[in-house]
Amino acid sequence: MQQVTEIRWHARGGQGAVTAAKMTAEVALSQDKYFQAFPEYGPERSGAPIVAFTRISDEPIQIYSAIEHPGYVLVLDPTLLDAVDVTAGTGNGAVVIINSEEDAGALAARAGMEGKQVYTVPATRIALETIGRAIPNTPLIGALAKVSGIFPLEGVLDEVKTSLGKKFSDEVVGANLDAVRRGYEEVAGS
Amino acid sequence: MSRKAMTGNGAIALALKQVDPDVMSAYPITPQTEIAQNYAQFVADGAVKTEYIAVESEHSAMSAAIGSCAAGARTITATSSQGFALMWEMLFIAASLRLPITMPVITRALSGPINIHCDHSDSMGGRDCGWIQLYGEDAQEGYDNAIQAFRIAEHADVRLPVMTMIDGFIISGAIGPLEVLQDAQVKQFVGEFEPLHPLLDVANPVTVGAFDSLGGWYFEHKVTQNQAMARAMQVIEDVGREYGELTGRPYSHFKTHMIEDAEIVLVAIGSAAGNVKTMVDKLRAQGKKVGLLKVRTFRPFPTEQIRAALSGARVIGVMDRSDSFGAQGGPLFTEIRSAMFEAEPRPQIFNFIYGLGGRDLFPDDIEGAVALLEKAAAGEEVAQTRHYLNVREG
Repeated sequence: MQQVTEIRWHARGGQGAVTAAKMTAEVALSQDKYFQAFPEYGPERSGAPIVAFTRISDEPIQIYSAIEHPGYVLVLDPTLLDAVDVTAGTGNGAVVIINSEEDAGALAARAGMEGKQVYTVPATRIALETIGRAIPNTPLIGALAKVSGIFPLEGVLDEVKTSLGKKFSDEVVGANLDAVRRGYEEVAGS
Repeated sequence: MSRKAMTGNGAIALALKQVDPDVMSAYPITPQTEIAQNYAQFVADGAVKTEYIAVESEHSAMSAAIGSCAAGARTITATSSQGFALMWEMLFIAASLRLPITMPVITRALSGPINIHCDHSDSMGGRDCGWIQLYGEDAQEGYDNAIQAFRIAEHADVRLPVMTMIDGFIISGAIGPLEVLQDAQVKQFVGEFEPLHPLLDVANPVTVGAFDSLGGWYFEHKVTQNQAMARAMQVIEDVGREYGELTGRPYSHFKTHMIEDAEIVLVAIGSAAGNVKTMVDKLRAQGKKVGLLKVRTFRPFPTEQIRAALSGARVIGVMDRSDSFGAQGGPLFTEIRSAMFEAEPRPQIFNFIYGLGGRDLFPDDIEGAVALLEKAAAGEEVAQTRHYLNVREG
């Protein structure tokens, strides 16, 4: 059977979840993997909870329905934990990576995520300290690379260099590279 | 060839850019798709030489395309959903004037209730307007079909407009891998456009769209349209084979997966074919003799070839993403069942309507459909012919 890594992104409209899903797809492309990235199609309002999906595989992906049972859940905004069941459909052992300053174990206990592998990474702070803007998606992709091992850190860094390098100054590219690297280094599990 | 990450909309816009036709007429706001938006950007950036006509409605978009193509220009437009419905009147005229316009269609539901999501009600509603219809599963097939459409439409044996479909949002808005040809390869494949009796050939004046009444040739005209459709069968195959030599991705009227020894075959069109294929692989691993036939050419309908391909099946499940109210089943179902009427022995055929208004088609839904077909194959009585997948009760 085909092995497909299925990722679900939770964010609020405007926080860059669709961009994160897309960037992850671009990294997969650069690693010669097959991929799919798509938002949950619906009315998008800035600040409202939204969902996006990424599938990654070594073989062509020919299933196009929404991801029901993600192996990885990435939460760009910790306030969503009170508003959305981010672990819906996940099985035991599913990985949940949350943008949060909180200790992963404490957060998992508080949010009732027994049986999940919960990780936190202070992605907003990292983004502010590196890029200078509160866009947590870049450090979260670094965290995903570390936790999942689906692609190497170098692969993510190369992709950021290539894609941002076309449009932005070396300074901006360097800040994003730092954001990815720090996301990779600072993600911590329970 | 290079590999890119692109949405279905982006892939098709890129294919059109690489062809760089003379004219695009399009209605620039909703229910238009990003294809027209992206193409307008190419025009604004000077990346193409195309004359872009921003019109005030989809009816006007098709009217302008007709005028432009009749004048002698290689002409495109793009549409979706309500826009397709508003073009309706002019679609027939484009076909009857034998104008080789090509048009990508992002298939989406028709109102009402208001809904913008994936569904085949738009293009399936237009199946008898005289256009050739090619359906793609993913962005790659959308890209490939959009390129081949020019060769098919403009072929001297055909001279009919061609619409190429991909599923709204599910494919049009999703990012996936795309093998991209070089611009020069695409240009060489489609070749130069040679207009037939163009209006702008003032040395040889012609009348286009004249009145053709009781004493005239209207009836004969319709017969020749159907003859052109019949000739298109071979041209679609030839172009698909030649495209395969260029890209390694040959195309025909349909594609089969695991049907040689299959007792149960699901027939699907559009992205659902991928979902079904994934489930077929899973069920095959369990030893179940299940297969898939994915339809690409819906008009002209490849009746004989499909009948031959399905001849070994005992039970067939036909998946339709649009319903046909008061009819015996969805559009694909009625075609398949009609084609299999002459098969000996005649298989049992069921219809599964799914995905209306963007409702998801999950693996469980397909597994449920196969379970029902297995019952029929085992000789159990299955009361209804038409079934709805993932529909809520009451």
